Parts: sequence; C-alpha cells; structure tokens
Amino acid sequence: MEKRVVFRSAWLPYLLVAPQIAITVVFFFWPAVQAIWYSFLLQDAFGLKTQFVGLQNFVTLFHDPHYLQSFKITAVFSVLVAGSGIVISLVLAAMADRVIRGALAYKTLLIWPYAVAPAIAGVLWAFMFAPSIGIVTYALKKMGVDWNWVVNGEQAMLLVVIAAVWNQISYNFLFFLAGLQSIPRSLIEAAAIDGAGPTRRFWSIVLPLLSPTTFFLLVINIVYAFFATFGVIDATTQGGPAGATQILVYKVFYDGVKAGDLGGSSAQSVVLMFIVITLTVIQFRFIERRVQY
Amino acid sequence: MKRKVIVAALASAGLLMLGSAQAATEIQWWHSMGGALGERVKAIAAKFNASQKDYTVVPVYKGSYPVSMTAAIAAFRAKNPPHIVQVYEVGTATMMAAKGAIVPVAKVMKDSGEKFNPKAYLPTVTGYYTDMKGNMLSLPFNSSTALFYINKDAFKKAGLEPVAPKTWKELRAVAEKLKAAGQQCVYTTSWPSWVHIENFSAWHNVPIGTLQNGMGGLGTKFEFNSPLHVRHIQMLADMAKQGLFVYAGRTSQGDAKFAGGECAMFTGSASAIGGIKKAGKVDWSVNFLPYHDDVKGAPQNSIIGGASLWVMAGKPKADYKGVAKFLAFLSLPDTQVEWHTGTGYVPITMAAYEQTRASGFYAKNPGFDMAVKELTYKAPTANSKGLRFGNFVQIRDVIKEELEAAFSGKKTAKAALDDAVKRGDEILRKFQAANK
Repeated sequence: MEKRVVFRSAWLPYLLVAPQIAITVVFFFWPAVQAIWYSFLLQDAFGLKTQFVGLQNFVTLFHDPHYLQSFKITAVFSVLVAGSGIVISLVLAAMADRVIRGALAYKTLLIWPYAVAPAIAGVLWAFMFAPSIGIVTYALKKMGVDWNWVVNGEQAMLLVVIAAVWNQISYNFLFFLAGLQSIPRSLIEAAAIDGAGPTRRFWSIVLPLLSPTTFFLLVINIVYAFFATFGVIDATTQGGPAGATQILVYKVFYDGVKAGDLGGSSAQSVVLMFIVITLTVIQFRFIERRVQY
Repeated sequence: MKRKVIVAALASAGLLMLGSAQAATEIQWWHSMGGALGERVKAIAAKFNASQKDYTVVPVYKGSYPVSMTAAIAAFRAKNPPHIVQVYEVGTATMMAAKGAIVPVAKVMKDSGEKFNPKAYLPTVTGYYTDMKGNMLSLPFNSSTALFYINKDAFKKAGLEPVAPKTWKELRAVAEKLKAAGQQCVYTTSWPSWVHIENFSAWHNVPIGTLQNGMGGLGTKFEFNSPLHVRHIQMLADMAKQGLFVYAGRTSQGDAKFAGGECAMFTGSASAIGGIKKAGKVDWSVNFLPYHDDVKGAPQNSIIGGASLWVMAGKPKADYKGVAKFLAFLSLPDTQVEWHTGTGYVPITMAAYEQTRASGFYAKNPGFDMAVKELTYKAPTANSKGLRFGNFVQIRDVIKEELEAAFSGKKTAKAALDDAVKRGDEILRKFQAANK
C-alpha cells in the first residue's frame, strides 16, 4: 500500500517548491535559453554589433579539426579520470573497511583532499611537477626521465588526470565506504563458511552489492570530468601543449571569456548540453535495467 | 571570516569616500600590474592626486591582462565601465574596432584642450596604438621589447669569450660548445610567439600579415609561413631535438630559468631585467636579438610588447577632463623617467629618454637603454611598425599551439606554420565578419 501525504491547501505545495523552481529557472533555464539564442548570433566582444547567422557557428565548429580533436581528448580524459578514480577509491575503501586500529584517522586523511578546491589542487600538482622547479621533476630527472609537460602532450594529460583524480578520490571513497558498511555481514560470513576466499567473496558478493553505488559514482565522475575539472586545467596546462589537454568545457570558457567569441562559445555549450542530456538518458535507462538495488 | 573582511573593506571604502567628499571626481583606472609594479602604479596615482584637487584617480588591480580586459568588456556590456583600462598589446585591434565603446586618446585630449603633441612620443611605441590617419587611440603605458640575454659565467665555464653571439648561426655554434661543456639548458625563450614570430618578423623586415601587418584594414591575411619563418622555426625545432633549446612555456616561464642560472642563453622581455637583477644569481649581459645575417636589411628594429591605456566611453562628459589631465600627467618626462628607471619598461617620450641618459642612469645601469636602442635601431617600415590583428588573443594561442607541435617534433615547421596561418586566417575572417 502506498503512503500518501496530501496538503490541505491547494497553493501551499507550490509555494514550498517555488524557491527551488526560481533558482532553477534563473540559474539554469534562463542561461541555457540565452546560450541557445547566442549560438545563432555573431557578435563582437563588446556587444556593439550583432548579426543573426543561423547555424553558421555550428557549421564552423564541426569543420574545425581542433574541435573534433577536443572531443577525442575529452573522451580519453573522462574515461581516465572516472575509471582510475573509481578503481583507486574502491581499493582504498575496501582496505579502510578492514582496518581496525586508527580507522578514524585513516578515513579522515582519505577524505581530506575533497576539501581542496580543484583550482588549488591543480596549482599544487603543477608545483610539484613544474618542469624546472618541481620536486617530483627533480626526482624524475635523477631517474633519467625527461619530464617537461609544457611541451610533452602525454605528460600534460597525465598531470591533469592525476590532479583531477586526486581531488575526486575522497568523494568516491566516502560512498564506497558507506556502501561496504551497508553490506550485511551475514552474507559474507555465509560465503566464508562455504569456503570462499577473500578474493572470491569480493568478486561474487561485495562487488555486485556495490553496483548501485558504483553506478551512481560513474555518473557523478563522468559529470565531474566533463565540467568540474575545468579549474584543474586552467590552473595547470590551460589546454596546452598544442591542445593536448583542451577538453570541451575548457574550450567553451576559453573562446567565450578569454577570446570574446560569444557565438562560437555558445554553440559549443549547446553541443555540450546535448551530449550531457544524451549521456544522462542512456545512464538512466541503464540504471533501470541493470543495477540491482 | 570572509564576511568580516568584506564588512571591513566596505567600511574603509566608505571612510575613504567621506574623506574625499570635497566633490573630487573619481576616475577609475583598472590595471594589471601586480606586485612591485602595482606599487609603482599606486605611487603614480597618489602623486597625481596630490598635484591637484579636482580629480582622484583610483587604481584598481583587476587581475592578469586577459582578466582585466574581459572585466572591462563585461562592465561595458553592463553599462558601468571604468574610465581607463589597461589593455595588453594583443587586445589592441579588438579595442580599436569597438567604436562606441572607447574614446580615442587624441579626441579626449583635444576635447578638453589639454596640451598634446603626438610627435613627442617614440614612433615605434605609439605606432602600435595609432590609426592610419595618425590619431593616437590609446596611450602607451608599459612597453617593453624582446631582448637577448646571456649568462657570462656559463660562457666562461665552457671556455668561451663572454660575448653574446650576434647571429643565429653564431648562436648555434656557441650552443653546441656550451652543450659539449656540459651545460644542461643551453637556450630558452619566454613568449614564443611574440619573440619568434612577431619580433622576429619586424627584426628581419618581413611581414607578419598583409595590409601592413593588419594596420591597413580588417581584410588582412597572415604571411608568417614564408621560407624564412619556416627556416627559423625548423632551426629551433632541430635545436630542441639536439637538446640545445628547451621550451619553457607560453608566457614568461623562461625568465625564471635564466634568472635561476639554469639556462645559459635566453630571449625574453626587457622587463625581465628586474627579476634577473633581484635574483642576483648570474653574471649576465643583455643584447640585441640575434638575426639571420643572410637576410637583406636585417636587423631592422624590434616591436613592443606590454600594454596601453584605453579610455572607455559612456562616462559623464565632465569626467573626461580629468582623464585628459591624468594622461597628460603620465606623459610628463618626470613621471616617465621614474616609471622607466623603476621598472625597466621603456619611456614613451623622447624627452624622458634624453633626461634619463643625461642623468647618467644608463652608465650606472647598463642594459636599461638596450630596449629603446633596439626599438629605434632603424626608422620603422610597414613591417616593423607593429601589428594589428583582430582576436589576436586567440590567434596568438593558436600560434603557440602550432609552435609547440613543431618544437615537440609532432609536425614539421612548415606544416605547423601553414596550419597556424590557416587557422589564424579563419579567426581573422570571423573578426572581420563580426565587425563589418
């Protein structure tokens, strides 16, 4: 039987959701509509002259090989960030779950990085890996590695991935830990009695039961890699070298804010909006079918 | 905590306003001079404010060049621009095309009857900010140029005469010797596009783009993929491969590599002198940029970098009188001499240069006159007056991207420069369409 709470007044429920609706409209829908409108315009930076150019901005965009390259880079970057972020934090959570002495200290330390803003995380890692003064660079040079992400694209990608993942691990860790702790001990004990070793128990019992958490984190991490890593990139490579870390959202910012090309930048955000809508739809279909709650 | 700071700031701002309640008109000046340079800017404003009672110039540090330019544009769109904004040289064409958003400096001066003689300024400096009819559009503020530095200690250690090579051929020979003597970082550069494309072209009297480097109109096209440019960039790429050239990054990262003693030779801004002196780690000398000696007419003269002050439109009419007074104050020889000797930026008037020389400053501080000497080496030609390309902020990043591709060996110099020209032209066409 379903439980239903019914408001006596007809307008009270609307009033209660009104602030949230207002925020959503002002900060999400209104800018989104504006972005769509601007994507059809060609305008100078100061907004003195405006022309309607139809789909011209989109045509230019998809004829630009660097924009297409940016798609590929974004895909690689998100897979690396989401993938390694989830795997590393799952391992950490599984280990922290088994710690008995000083568990609180471990957990606190593991959650700590989440309190650091992405831009600061970027600066931090950029300092350690700085081509001429970085402490890690110094160590790498001693080992004979020529570390210079200012010119080497793969190294630059590695750097932004490390910084982005480090920043996100704590968040993933928290959810995994909570997920692990909600798995009934009896199930694991039963498996142990049946002779399953720790590895077997992990793969056959723990992991399937963690699937809703993992899935949730996958969605969150991909969204994170797509949008929130912008600060990390701006603070370190700024999309370079030679566009090797130019992810889509950074290009939107760069073209719109730094280069003053509002039409092109808006067209890119519209494209990005569609990508995210598509991804979300796919993910939610997937959730309903595959994940066991 | 944050709230407390804001409250305190508001309160002190309120007090300041009360203090200057004598109806002095406020003139907002947005700039990008951080650290020691910011202190200099404050000192200039304070001196001007003390010199008269009608106007108060309020300098506001708005962040880096791109940030303050973006902020000024956003403020204009919101109909509340500052009176004066400092814009870096690459933003020049964008500002210039924004008729209605800016007031040409020549007009500001004329309208308020302030004494103003455009001939008093250094031509290579003002040429950058003057339209084809000879009207000065913005007032040059901090101008530098690209120079070549050597670490004398490193030269001596390698058994070389501590004299800077004059040509790229000589530089390469010296580089090989330095490398053989165990020098890890032989040569590096800051501002790759500005030094190796923009200044390189002017120094060799070859065009960067058609229509006098864009000064003649929006229909300009890039030409920096000429055989000479390709040869130069390929040489750098080869040097990178041989370990003779270390790419430091897109902005001023090379400065620290030289000042810290890591690199033996370095090309960068004249304004790097301050940092090198302050670090005090190397025995250095500053010289003219190297050139390719088989190019006819080289060396020509170098071009400036830095920023100028733009007057924004849309303020009360009476305010512009104060703006004009302040700009006139900035051009005074005394103000210029102080700025020049304190920062290493070049003086913008001939009078200020002469005054500095007469004071014996250059004899005591060798190198400070090198920038002016290089900028005025020969009378500027159409190729060496400066450049004016729309959306150059974006284009310069494209150039740097392609240079990175060449330096890392991903592309040949030819392919990289061809691509840079192609992509740059596309951006120029877009700018042209938006500013028809």
